[in-house]
Amino acid sequence: MNGPARAAPLAAACSLTLRVGARALVAGFTQTFRAGELWCIAGPNGAGKTTLIAALAGLLKPADGHVEVDGIALAHWPPARLARRRALMPQTIRDAFSASVLDIVLLNRFPHLSGWGWERADDRAAAHAALAALDLEALAARDVLSLSGGERQRVALAAALCQGAPLLLLDEPLSHLDLHHQIACLDALTRWLHADERAVVFSCHDLNLARRFATHALLLDGRGGVHAGPVRDVLTPERASAAFGHPLVLIRDGAHEALVPALGRGA
Amino acid sequence: MNRPAAHTLRAMNARRAAAIWVVLAFVALAVFAASLVAGSVSVTPRAAFDALLPIHPDHPDLAAQIVRTLRLPRALGGFACGALLALAGALLQVLLRNPLAEPYVLGVSGGAAAFALAAMIAGAAWWAVQASACAGAFVSIVLVLGLARRALWRGDPQDGSPRLLLTGAVIAAGWGATLTLLLTLAPDARLRGMLFWLTGDLNGVGAPWPAFVALAAVLIAMVPLAPQLNVLLRGDAAAQALGVPVAKVRLGVYVAASVAAAAAVTTGGTIGFVGLVVPHMLRLAFGNDQRMLLPAAALAGGVAVMGADLVARTVVAPTQLPVGVVTALAGVPVFLWMLLRRRPQ
Repeated sequence: MNGPARAAPLAAACSLTLRVGARALVAGFTQTFRAGELWCIAGPNGAGKTTLIAALAGLLKPADGHVEVDGIALAHWPPARLARRRALMPQTIRDAFSASVLDIVLLNRFPHLSGWGWERADDRAAAHAALAALDLEALAARDVLSLSGGERQRVALAAALCQGAPLLLLDEPLSHLDLHHQIACLDALTRWLHADERAVVFSCHDLNLARRFATHALLLDGRGGVHAGPVRDVLTPERASAAFGHPLVLIRDGAHEALVPALGRGA
Repeated sequence: MNRPAAHTLRAMNARRAAAIWVVLAFVALAVFAASLVAGSVSVTPRAAFDALLPIHPDHPDLAAQIVRTLRLPRALGGFACGALLALAGALLQVLLRNPLAEPYVLGVSGGAAAFALAAMIAGAAWWAVQASACAGAFVSIVLVLGLARRALWRGDPQDGSPRLLLTGAVIAAGWGATLTLLLTLAPDARLRGMLFWLTGDLNGVGAPWPAFVALAAVLIAMVPLAPQLNVLLRGDAAAQALGVPVAKVRLGVYVAASVAAAAAVTTGGTIGFVGLVVPHMLRLAFGNDQRMLLPAAALAGGVAVMGADLVARTVVAPTQLPVGVVTALAGVPVFLWMLLRRRPQ
């Protein structure tokens, strides 16, 4: 390939097959995730977005194929070292006990702890930086149990950033967020992405936000089919209509564009 | 929704944790000293101290004998028992991600008591009664956690915990009925000893050392895992993604909590609510960092039971109350307060 030298691959799916029972969610999927790429995983409910993210994170054994991080298969990674290379934000985290937001974010420094297992100054600095990146510093001393759903979601995202891994896997990081915070989070992720050799993979239901912010997209149709590539080649009206089972049209207004449900038939 | 800034939480670090441990250790020493001195026979601090020294073996004065053969093992037994109970509570609370989990509430103590009483009725030797109690504790833990195993292995606080607590409560009720049945069948001569065993009594502690061995083993096994336990509280997926071997840690915590609960019940009978109240109070005061909490719970739990026993044998002296009565009278209101104060999420 000519043009600018391509960034190093941070992770790769190698003929990955994921099943739930007899149903294949993803069949023989191969894709490289490179530094500087912001991937959006889209697809209807139950299509396997969470399963795919869990498999990329190594929490789930694929039915076939494997996942590589830094060119090494996940099976060969010691868990603690892997946690310094990729961070996962699960879809739901529920806290049972009181703890300050800062302490919750600091928990994600676990892979960096040494000695007696107490955080050092650089761990605290990373936590404060992560909170600052998402404009959460005012909440640092708040009890997590007193947070709203959206605040909790942003704290979980800050925790994932604080882990300091170059590959970020986020399961629905924008759920429960209002539009302002959705955009603020995506802006923060974009800034974070370009600050170093980093990549982000996140699942999302908002195709327009995905088209606006993501560089690449991965569209699951729930029947084993996966379309992957640059976001505008994948989240097209035709492909999205087929995947979601509802006709969508792309409307344009100057430089702005949006995928909207088509009128007619069911409308 | 936005709670006032007064509810901000202070950060924990190694220094603050060490300060907490030192303070608790001094409190433990003070209560320990008081336990040696106070009682129906007053012993001067000087005499109590002398009695601890391995000198004057040929002067069998009464004070020294009381201290050495009665008060010392009792205070040490109380400390070990309380430390084990508080540790078991703290560990079960992490495992189940529920602040209401505790060996007594989960029926562990009831199982131990039922087995011990059965052994007593059979006229078994004291060591057989102890072994039987230990077996009963394990049987009960296996029953509760086996029946509610999905709660255990998924660690989901939303669905799992009510099921687990209810399972524990029902098993405890079953043990309660078994105990009543055993008491009804028991010969009169043995009733009083059985009754004391049931409510938790440190009177018969002869050798507190097995409990201390269990305490040391649990602390050595669990304290280095404390950072992993902190992460485990965020849920299994988050913990695993951070590099914690979740299944292995969970199994280890489960075994450690079981050993601690069994050793405590075997030493002091069914002393309830220590495992609930002590970790909770520490959490309210200092936060929920397991690196601080596990050693602090051991120290504070020891203080609590040693102190409760001191109260139990001095408040209406010369009559001695079973220590379990004191801890239950203090623990029941705290449990209810915790249960009712929990906000639905």
